[in-house]
Amino acid sequence: MSIMEYNGGSVIAMVGKDCVAIASDLRLGNQALGISSNFQKIFPVTDRIYLGLPGLATDVTTLREVFRFRVNMYTIKEEREIEPETFAHLVSSTLYERRFGPYFIEPVMAGLSKVATGGFKPFIAATDLIGCLNFAKDFVVAGTASSKLYGAAEGLWEPDLEPEQLFETISQTMLNAVDRDAYSGWGVVVHVIEKDKITTRTLKGRMD
Amino acid sequence: MASADGVFSPSGKLVQIEHALAAVSQGTTSLGIKASNGIVIATEKKSPSILVDDSMLEKVAIVCPNIGIVYSGMGPDFRVLLTRARKSAQAYWKRYGEYPPTRVLTQEIATVMQQATQSGGVRPYGVSLLVAGWDIHRGPTLYQVDPSGSYWAWKASAIGKNMVNAKTFLEKRYNDDISLEDAIHTALLTLKEGFEGQMTEKTIELGVITVPTPAEIEEGRTGAATGRPKPTFRKLTEEEVRDYLAL
Repeated sequence: MSIMEYNGGSVIAMVGKDCVAIASDLRLGNQALGISSNFQKIFPVTDRIYLGLPGLATDVTTLREVFRFRVNMYTIKEEREIEPETFAHLVSSTLYERRFGPYFIEPVMAGLSKVATGGFKPFIAATDLIGCLNFAKDFVVAGTASSKLYGAAEGLWEPDLEPEQLFETISQTMLNAVDRDAYSGWGVVVHVIEKDKITTRTLKGRMD
Repeated sequence: MASADGVFSPSGKLVQIEHALAAVSQGTTSLGIKASNGIVIATEKKSPSILVDDSMLEKVAIVCPNIGIVYSGMGPDFRVLLTRARKSAQAYWKRYGEYPPTRVLTQEIATVMQQATQSGGVRPYGVSLLVAGWDIHRGPTLYQVDPSGSYWAWKASAIGKNMVNAKTFLEKRYNDDISLEDAIHTALLTLKEGFEGQMTEKTIELGVITVPTPAEIEEGRTGAATGRPKPTFRKLTEEEVRDYLAL
């Protein structure tokens, strides 16, 4: 039994038209035993960046605090908010610092980045547990249901989805994937990030 | 003990820093001018003897692709600070995947210089620096750092032997919408005041920041992934300096 599957949990992020979405399940388990159905794995980093941390629950808490600390230090030192691309590199280098004794987390991030001409561009990225970055144009997945999430997302995602359609797509992808994984599920939370609005919805899922 | 190094004098001065500033004001003049579309930094390069191979002398230096510095004062001290600045820029790149904004890099250098005013067994750095850089957040910015570790942003400034005259000259010449080309000529004109000897491409060094267009910035983003963003700071070649002097 891998330590990566000890507590269970999954996260997915998707790109839409001028928006991004990130979703996770809400389960915390002790192997097959369910402990909580309200374990948040996605955290806001700035007004325009969300970070999902699926993996070992103790490291979810630790890394959330590590990134809170580092992003706060960045904000104060640079007198500006961190951009998603920069934050992705910070996540990568933070994880690689522990190359030979890693945090058992595979982070997923979603946000909107400023472009030089004005306006915003959707951004998603994910890394493995030692910080190897994956910048995707469509969607990224991680966690115990990742193989199922890939299948569902491949079938449902299409380019240029409006925020509402993106919400439907990511929700159906998540709900159907976690139903095929014993270690993920027990409810889903979805965040849709737009340039002037963030919508957070909690979905009911199967409780078995 | 009648007096000690690195402590306040009764009048509230730190004599070591005053001496460091004296060392700077013996150094050759350097200056920087911020233009509407860039920055120029310039310096006078003086070799102690005609026998010295002056191609080895370097006073305008690249820290990272978006930041360049020039100094007045002690050459060896500058070399140490330059190495620290370059290391700091690379460390920033390693963590964030991009080079530091000018203010952050300047603050880093200033911190090194401040520490030399408070640590035991060391003397302050005998240099003042002009740091010119471009970053997406603040655009082109020009900073001066002094041996005390204090730093300010300037529209135009001068350091070294002729700084007082040069600053007065710049105050008269400067306006906010000066172009980079005009700024380069103003820089040379300012150096000409009180220049000892002949102004040639061998005795003048120039560095410029050019502000990239939005399209170039987006290109730079993709370049950043390969670790080779397009530089916004560059040193002018001897040929270019000669052409500017001829005009």
